[in-house]
Parts: sequence; C-alpha cells; structure tokens
Amino acid sequence: MKELGRVNNAYGDDKVIDACSIFGIMDTSGRGFSGEGIIRAIANMHDRGNSLGGGFAVYGLYPEHADRYAFHVMYLSRQGKEQTEAFLEDKFKVVYAAEVPTRRTPNVSSPPLVWRYFLEVADAGGQPRDDYVMSRVMEINTGIEDSFVFSSGKNMAVFKGVGYPEDIAEYFCLERYQGYLWTAHGRFPTNTRGWWGGAHPFCLLDWTGVHNGELSSYGINRRFLEQFGYHCTLQTDTEVIAYAIDLLMRRHNLPVEMVARVLAPPLWRDIERCPPAERELLTALRQVYGSLLLNGPFTVIIAHQGEMIGLTDRIRLRPLTVGVKGDILYLSSEESAVRLICPDLDRAWIPVGGQPVIGRLGEHVQAAREGVTADAN
Amino acid sequence: MLAMVVDGANQVVKVDVTGLSYRKLNEQLRQLVADGASRIELLNVCGQRYIGTDLGGPVELVIYGTPGNALGAFMDGPSITVYGNAQDGCGNTMNEGEIIIHGHAGDIVGLSARGGRIFVRDDVGYRAAIHMKGYGDKKPVLVVGGTAQDFVGEYMAGGVLVLLGLTLGEGENHRASFIGTGMHGGVIYLRGSVEDHQLGEEVGRAELDEADYRVLEENVSRFARHFGRDADEILKGSFIKLFPRWLRPYGQLYAY
Repeated sequence: MKELGRVNNAYGDDKVIDACSIFGIMDTSGRGFSGEGIIRAIANMHDRGNSLGGGFAVYGLYPEHADRYAFHVMYLSRQGKEQTEAFLEDKFKVVYAAEVPTRRTPNVSSPPLVWRYFLEVADAGGQPRDDYVMSRVMEINTGIEDSFVFSSGKNMAVFKGVGYPEDIAEYFCLERYQGYLWTAHGRFPTNTRGWWGGAHPFCLLDWTGVHNGELSSYGINRRFLEQFGYHCTLQTDTEVIAYAIDLLMRRHNLPVEMVARVLAPPLWRDIERCPPAERELLTALRQVYGSLLLNGPFTVIIAHQGEMIGLTDRIRLRPLTVGVKGDILYLSSEESAVRLICPDLDRAWIPVGGQPVIGRLGEHVQAAREGVTADAN
Repeated sequence: MLAMVVDGANQVVKVDVTGLSYRKLNEQLRQLVADGASRIELLNVCGQRYIGTDLGGPVELVIYGTPGNALGAFMDGPSITVYGNAQDGCGNTMNEGEIIIHGHAGDIVGLSARGGRIFVRDDVGYRAAIHMKGYGDKKPVLVVGGTAQDFVGEYMAGGVLVLLGLTLGEGENHRASFIGTGMHGGVIYLRGSVEDHQLGEEVGRAELDEADYRVLEENVSRFARHFGRDADEILKGSFIKLFPRWLRPYGQLYAY
C-alpha cells in the first residue's frame, strides 16, 4: 500500500481529490476521425485519475474485417496464449491473428501481451452467433488461466491498461486509428486493485461501458446476470454494466429509453404521479428487472455499433456534461475537456439525472427529454 | 513567468494559462496579488481547478474559458468574472467576495458558502447552495438567472438563494424536485412557482413581506447590472418565498 500512496498522493495532501474521468465523442454522420482529439480531452482531466487505469473503445476502426468478430485478448503468460489460441482454432475460423501494435512508453510498465484476432463462426450449433460468441468469451475468461478477452465485437475494439489514459493511448498508438465513435476513461480505482483487466472500458460483443462511480448493487446485479450465463471475472463493479446492457438490449430487445428506466428507474414517488399506462410500465420494469437497478452514484457512457448513450444515476451523484457541434456529440465528466477540442460548441448542457442522452448514427443528436439546459456562450 | 503587464499604473495583468497546471496557476495568482495587481485577466482557462482559492483582498479576476471545479473555493474577498460556463463546486466554502458567471454553472454551486455573492446568468446543476450558511453579518447570496436541478437548497443553513427562472417559458414551473430538503436556515426566493410535491418536507411556502422585497430588490438589481438586464422587469414577475419550518429538523433523529 506504500507504493499506492506514492502514486495516489505525490504531494502528501491530506485529501486526495481524484475521481474517474469519462469522455465520449460520436460523429452521428458516421465519418471517421483519429484518436488525437479524445486523447487530448481525456488528458485534460488527468487530475481525476491516478495512473492505475486508462482505456479507450473505438468503433469503425476495422472496416476491412467489418463482418468478423474482432477479439482483443490480454495474456499474462505464454501458456495462456497457447491455450487460448488452441481454443480459438477449435471454436472459430481464425482469419487473422497478430499482436496489437505498441510502442515503448516510459509511463507504461510491465505490459502484458495483447493480441488481436479476426474470427468467423463456422457453426454456432443452431444458436444465434452472438450468443455463441458470448459463451466462448465467458469460457476463456473463466476457464483459461491468464487470458482475458478485452473486446469481442465487430468493427470495434477496446484498448486499455494500467497508466494514465494518455499513456495508454501512446502505448497502443491510438492516433493511428480512425473511428466514428470513441469513448475513454481515466481511472481512480476505489474498491479493487488497479490491473490491466480492471481498466475501462468493459466490453462484451460490441457493447462497451466506461463508468465513474461506485455500484453498491454490484453483488445483486452480478448474481442476477449469472442466471443468464454472464460471469464476472474482472474484479470490478463496472463489468456488470456491459453484461446488463447486452442482456437488456441485445437479448431482451429493449430500446435504450427503456433500458435507462431499468438501470436508473424513476423513484416510486415519481412513478405514483405518472399517467396510468406509464405507471404500469414503470412498475412492471421495476418488478421484472429490480435486480438490475444500479444503485449508488454513477455516470456511464455506453456504446455499441451506431449508438452512444450517456446516463447518470437518478439523483446525479456523478457529473456528466454534454456538448453538440453539428453532427458531433460530446459527453464528458467536465465541460472544459470538451471545450479544449471544440471551443465553439453549438450547445452545451447538463442533463437530468436518470435520463439518457443518446447519439445515433444518421440521426440528429437528441436533447435530454426535459433537460435543464443552457446554451453555450 | 507568463504574466504580461498591460497597464502598469493600474496594475492590470494578463496571463495566458494554456496548458498551465492548477497548482502553478494558483501559485502565480498568489504572487501577482502579493505584488499588488488589482486586475488579473486569465486567458485560455481550460479546466484548472480551485482558481482564486485562498486569495484575499480586493483583486479582480477575469476568466476567459472554462474554469475547472471548485472555482473560488475558500476565497476571501476577490471578485471573479467568468466569460464562459463554470463547472462543479463553484464558490465552495467561500467566505467573502463575488463570483459572476456569464453562462451556466454545474453541480453544488455555492456549497457551504459562508459569505460573499455568486451570480449565475443561466441555469445551475444539482444541489445548488447545499449547506450554505450564515451568521451575524455573514450572509452568502446565490442568484441564479435561470432555474436549478434537483436538491437545490439542500440542507441550507443560512444565506439567500434567488432563482429567477428567466430561462423558463411563460408560466412554466421550475422542475427541480427535493427543493430545500433538510433546510434549516436561510431563505429561497423563487420567481415563478413549484408544486408542493417538489418541496422538501422541511420547507414552508409564504408570500414575501416588505423586508423580503428589500433583500430581493438589492440582489436582483446587482444581477441585472452584471448581465445587462432590466431589474424592474424581472421584479414584476410573481415571487414565492420558501423557508425552513424548523430550525432543527433532525434534532431527535439519533437521540433516543
């Protein structure tokens, strides 16, 4: 713990001011752009993190393999890699395999091996292909030592590790990639240690989440998700968000507006005042999905192919600010990080707790449903 | 030193703070004030925290850009004008001075303030004026031109909070819930209205009396001067007063 104190509190302050930082950019017209902007933006919130985790999710970066599952896998040992590769050869058609390019970076120490694979599912045994892939990811994470799947979607990837986000970006050469949707995270681990698997984003298939806060409901969320085949292995609360979203949106087919009402449901006192039909719906959602309510303070940016969603807990105990410029949506823990890379926003506002801010490919950015808003200067 | 003296006679200084860390920035500010600067303009501010913290004296800070969290925290006397939006924690525990935001402010603006005045042109986020306090001649004031999000005035223990609702539509209520939850001191003047269910259990509602109007007029006039609005026009609107019904709402909570 001595070491942690040195990293956390280099000035010996009597109060450590860290918190996590999160940031997302989406061009809803689908135009790709490099990671240069988001790296500067998340680095502007450097003081919120403490070097024990940084990461990025990128969508649209592998157009030449757009129809194949892109696996990014972290290995803590050669043996893990051999076993996992044998497993992948057995369960998939491996079209391409290579180490993820990195460069030596002074602030990133003892990095694990990170490999990428482009996979095709030859025979899913009658299952939907996504379900087949999800089960295989769980098998690797729970069954093979020293191997963790960082990302497993199509035409997207997660890059993450221990370091400040700008260091992780430098290590993985992220300025070289182009994507139309990027999310980023700077970590200040609260309850669990900082390790490469515990950095954000968390990913399953093409769903990713970056999170600031603390889910006191982690235990109940985790047990509920286990019934549906999701196994938490990454030792931190945020993992449940990625799995909950996959369950609700992909498997149960709920629209995101409904998912927000599962994760951050209106308070009972507000439900009571709703018109009868809405009251019935909200009550039903709380009855069916009560165990997926995310309790405790949180702000999350959830992304998948074609969509980026910002959401906070119902009483907004963690910050989220929104900016819009033309087709581009920005979500951030702090407005200054947005202004750094886009000084002349069309609009900037602070969304209402529990109400999602949604960017969709091909649609103009939706404002918060009843946002207390203010135009930019 | 990045500082550039613009007007030596009046001690006006401009500083471009691009990329400067908050520690260095505040060190420089303290030095400039010690050297007698009367007006300091900070250019390209982008997320630096605690600007103006601990500063005393009559210095005037003018900020161009987006200052970081806890702007003016523990400040004791200076005035800060921001041409931009403020982030979270603006005016944290400030003791004396003035903060003028030409834009919106984030969450917990004026938290635990014990003196001084904060004026925000547009809206503010959650928990504005949380645990603002007052004693004797120390009476912090927060005037918000627009409206506030939930828990505005939470645990308020003193001071004056004014919500002018100028960003709301004609006849539109404020939307905040849990207004004044746990409030046990101070007063909230609200232009426009709210439903009873939006108020915390500890909050009463009343008409303004003459003394209330004097406080309101003084602060609305200052607001109007800062932002070029017409005070009389604003004061024509209908106001309600929210006050704490008990001074110690939780006096028995942990006492058996």
